Amino acid sequence: MPSLTYVPGEEIRRMQWRAFWVGAIAMAICIVGAFFSRVQFFQSYLLGFLYWTGMGLGCMAIMMLHHLTSGAWGMVIRRPLESASRTIALMALLFIPLAFGVPSIYSWVNRTGLSQEQLQYLNVPFFLIRSAVYFAVWLLLAFRFSSWSQRQDTDNDASLIRKMRLLSGPGLVIYSLTMSLASVDWIMSLEPRWYSTIFGLLVIGGQLLSAMAFAIVILVLLASRQPLSEIVGPRHLHDLGKLLLTFVMIWAYLSFSQLLLIWAGNLTHEIPWYLRRWHGGWMWVGLALILFHFFIPFFLLLSQDLKRNAKALGLLAAFMLVVRALDLYWVTVPEFSPAGVFHLHWMNILVPIGIGGLWLAVFAWQLRLRPLLPLGDPQLHQALEHE
Amino acid sequence: MHRKHRPATYGLLAEFESPEALHNAAIRARSEGYSCMDAYTPFPVEGMGAIFGSHRKRVSLITLIGGLAGGLGGYYMQHWMSAVNYPLNVGGRPLESILAFIPVTFEMAVLGAALSAFLGMLALNGLPQPYHPVFNVDQFAMASRDKFFLCIQAIDPKFDQRGTRELLEAMDAHGVFDVPY
Repeated sequence: MPSLTYVPGEEIRRMQWRAFWVGAIAMAICIVGAFFSRVQFFQSYLLGFLYWTGMGLGCMAIMMLHHLTSGAWGMVIRRPLESASRTIALMALLFIPLAFGVPSIYSWVNRTGLSQEQLQYLNVPFFLIRSAVYFAVWLLLAFRFSSWSQRQDTDNDASLIRKMRLLSGPGLVIYSLTMSLASVDWIMSLEPRWYSTIFGLLVIGGQLLSAMAFAIVILVLLASRQPLSEIVGPRHLHDLGKLLLTFVMIWAYLSFSQLLLIWAGNLTHEIPWYLRRWHGGWMWVGLALILFHFFIPFFLLLSQDLKRNAKALGLLAAFMLVVRALDLYWVTVPEFSPAGVFHLHWMNILVPIGIGGLWLAVFAWQLRLRPLLPLGDPQLHQALEHE
Repeated sequence: MHRKHRPATYGLLAEFESPEALHNAAIRARSEGYSCMDAYTPFPVEGMGAIFGSHRKRVSLITLIGGLAGGLGGYYMQHWMSAVNYPLNVGGRPLESILAFIPVTFEMAVLGAALSAFLGMLALNGLPQPYHPVFNVDQFAMASRDKFFLCIQAIDPKFDQRGTRELLEAMDAHGVFDVPY
């Protein structure tokens, strides 16, 4: 291995402060906007909250996937993934404003048209308790892995890798179960009469796709300069590109399964969700998703040359991050428009940018705390061998 | 497949002791202008594919065409069966139910892609091939044990019985054999 230090560079510190100021200014503008339109602010806030919470959780899940399966692809992005998983602490903090916005966001607060059983589950105290439990479990997982990984840098303790592997299996199960429930609470309950058993997995698949795209963008940026430019090669990008293709296909598969089952079933309590997204201009968003969320990335990622080209793969991954936001918009915002007509409020864009700026700032801050590679990992040398 | 002027032999087979020697010899032969040649080794030697030129792009293209043909054919099959040949009303759904046709369309695309990748690979490799002249050289049996062989074919425009043999001998070949048909 070349004798480099892998200390995070000055550019990450610059990114931290730039992101912080963008986030702080955007949030300040939106808080002013909240005085004029409180309901709109909280609805936009939910968008930003879901997008960036999903990013941190997806990164944690991919990190656990790597502990279970190992491989060079995960070794080069492990530190970004760990830093992103620690941003869950920020999102737990940013859940607090959401707690005050529950009446502005969720129609079940009015208790109209719901059965007694539904109301036993969908009420504000129980909703807040459940969300607190989800965050407690996620934070426990994220910081357990984080502290083991930190000890690995200094202690040279071979048992740590075994511990991380042992926790990763149950960790992924716990993540899947809690995130399924959280997706029911946070997203599906926007339309409390509708349910889809595939929905939780669909949200999880989307989070994995967002996280993989984010990891690729960060790795391409880091690898454009020393010290990672010495290490990261087409081999790593090729593997990450294949995983991105996998997650694109998982998303398409689950989305299509949900649509096909509901269309074939043709039941009165299931189809309104899609009917609402087929009228008033929402159809174009849905068609755009089929094109940009599946067909274009799918066919581009079939190419081996594109997956091995840092610039092309990085651009495609950045594009996927935007498309992920469009998917989240299509899933949530139609429930907020009573007239069923497509609308785009400026806060729907600015609040996610604001939360994203703060999120990126915390991410960059966390990334700077440790070397850019897990230097104490016994499998590191193998991962860095050249082709 | 009989050419008008069939060369007297299939070509010249050179035996090398190590993968490095074979690698160097192949590079040298290519730089001398030879193009009709192949290597035979007991295990995959890294970099040999690049010297002889790999057919990755051609297999990819065949697979893509096979996949598209399978998908379109799969869709057309369902369209013809459900909407043309035997129209059947299933719970009031349209005869041309695009959504319901997608799973089979996808499966047929995968089948078409997989079959064309496999068969295309065999076709480009010239397999199956029950007879190959290199086996006429007794020493060639070592290609599956611990020796490395480079065969320059007589149909190569640069091939010259004497000159090619001298070139191979000059490249540290352990032995150079005529390959009879």
